[in-house]
Amino acid sequence: MSAEFIDGIVVFVLAAFIGFEVIAKVPPTLHTPLMSGANAISGVTIVGALVAGGLGSGLLAGVLGFLAVTFAAVNVVGGFLVTDRMLEMFKRKPKADS
Amino acid sequence: MIRLLYLAAAVLFIFGLKGLGSPRTARRGNQLAALGMFLAIAVTVYELIDLDAEVKWAIILGGAAVGATIGAVLALKVQMTSMPELVAAFNGFGGGASALVALSEIEQSGGFFDTETSVVVAMSVAIGTVTLSGSFVAYGKLKGLITGQPVAMPGGTATNAALAAVAVGLAAWGVASDDALAYWLLGALALVVGVTAVMPIGGADMPVVISLLNSLSGVAAATAGLVIGNLALIVGGALVGAAGLILTFQMGEAMNRTLANVLFAGFGGDGGAAAGDIGTQPVNRATPEDVAIALAYADRVIVVPGYGLAVAQAQHAVRDLARALEGRGITTEYAIHPVAGRMPGHMNVLLAEADIDYEVLLDLDQSNPRFSLTDVVLVIGANDVVNPAARDDSTSPIYGMPILEVDHAATTVVIKRSLSPGFAGIDNPLFYQDSTLMLFADAKAGLDDITAALADI
Repeated sequence: MSAEFIDGIVVFVLAAFIGFEVIAKVPPTLHTPLMSGANAISGVTIVGALVAGGLGSGLLAGVLGFLAVTFAAVNVVGGFLVTDRMLEMFKRKPKADS
Repeated sequence: MIRLLYLAAAVLFIFGLKGLGSPRTARRGNQLAALGMFLAIAVTVYELIDLDAEVKWAIILGGAAVGATIGAVLALKVQMTSMPELVAAFNGFGGGASALVALSEIEQSGGFFDTETSVVVAMSVAIGTVTLSGSFVAYGKLKGLITGQPVAMPGGTATNAALAAVAVGLAAWGVASDDALAYWLLGALALVVGVTAVMPIGGADMPVVISLLNSLSGVAAATAGLVIGNLALIVGGALVGAAGLILTFQMGEAMNRTLANVLFAGFGGDGGAAAGDIGTQPVNRATPEDVAIALAYADRVIVVPGYGLAVAQAQHAVRDLARALEGRGITTEYAIHPVAGRMPGHMNVLLAEADIDYEVLLDLDQSNPRFSLTDVVLVIGANDVVNPAARDDSTSPIYGMPILEVDHAATTVVIKRSLSPGFAGIDNPLFYQDSTLMLFADAKAGLDDITAALADI
């Protein structure tokens, strides 16, 4: 196995552990925004899609690249926007007088 | 230098997720993650410009414009009630994009990969396409386009096992021969598996399914990252994979179900099967006026919202009643079961939309000690999550599921359309308790009537 590939595996495993540590403490109130925010982050595959779309040659590669960029862009833009919309509602409200 | 910038993007993702851990920092966290994404994209575009190769900008810009427009419209138009299906759809797009990246990598390379890269290409294609089709089946079920009832597949689990075995065979063929056709067949088969795996799962189990698909979309991105050797992709994908997995297990725990049980048992429809002699015992029927009187003389009230409240769009009606109660100096809090909605935390979002402060939203562990100190508990559109049989009756199908112990309150008011059972098709002894008042009404109409009656007291 190439050293670069093993580096990739190492990064993956360590990042998964960081993920477990960071997310295990999120309170249930924020589970939906957490999930949609995480979902937007998984749209980082757009990086691969840009390369595939930009450098692919031929009709098939063009179609694949275009679809990949489109799907990933839906995921990224939609994911971050909807999460922000939800979190705006979680702003601290001034306490009602009682 | 380029790799360091990708690392910076990955670090922003981690800070972003960390920020999402507290209501005060959550919005900034999401913005940090978005900044990380912007950085990763900017670096990639710079790389492409710098590459001194012919770059097809039309494809990139066209795809980005179409995708961004669709994403923005969906995100800005969606009703909070429909959040689970939107997240399911976004999961599907993410998984699909990762599979497409891996497939176009095969087409570009002509299949000349070393063995380990071939393995991750196969994983990325298979996981990505399963996520794509599984998510859209989940979307259809949540949206009501496909029945929320479990749909038995011919051959059931055996069929899925056989399909999975064929998929492993195709992957092995692809790795051994570097033939692109193998990967295409693998992707097509995985699309079928996504459908046959999610169809038998009932609507009420969707919190587990969406969490799992979320995790898979992350794993698909991480494997795509290993294929193209990109740090930001590997880290981002791994983080999301971990996040989704944690939520999957937490949801399973909240229903006392293992993941295998959810995936293979075909339990958990929307309407519930006809079960025995439900509704033959006497109940205390109450009018909205009765409920208003009980509330008016209470000091502490806890509201237990269930999915029925979301369906009736009654979150604003709850808020109005709670404001009226607070105006009388009555403490009002909300007890929220982890699977109260159709995705983790869904109910909290709906209540936040109605301007209810997150500080009065209690989770399972916070609520249960408080019920015995509470004068009136108002159960709205919830059933199985407040069923004492889950605690007391070892023969009950839901025995062992953690419940909100509302039967410990001095008075429990249940607002429900009828005595019909919940998704599990199980009768609820709570309804026949002496301390329980049943108000048979639509959640929204019932709450409005109570609020009106309260104003006259």
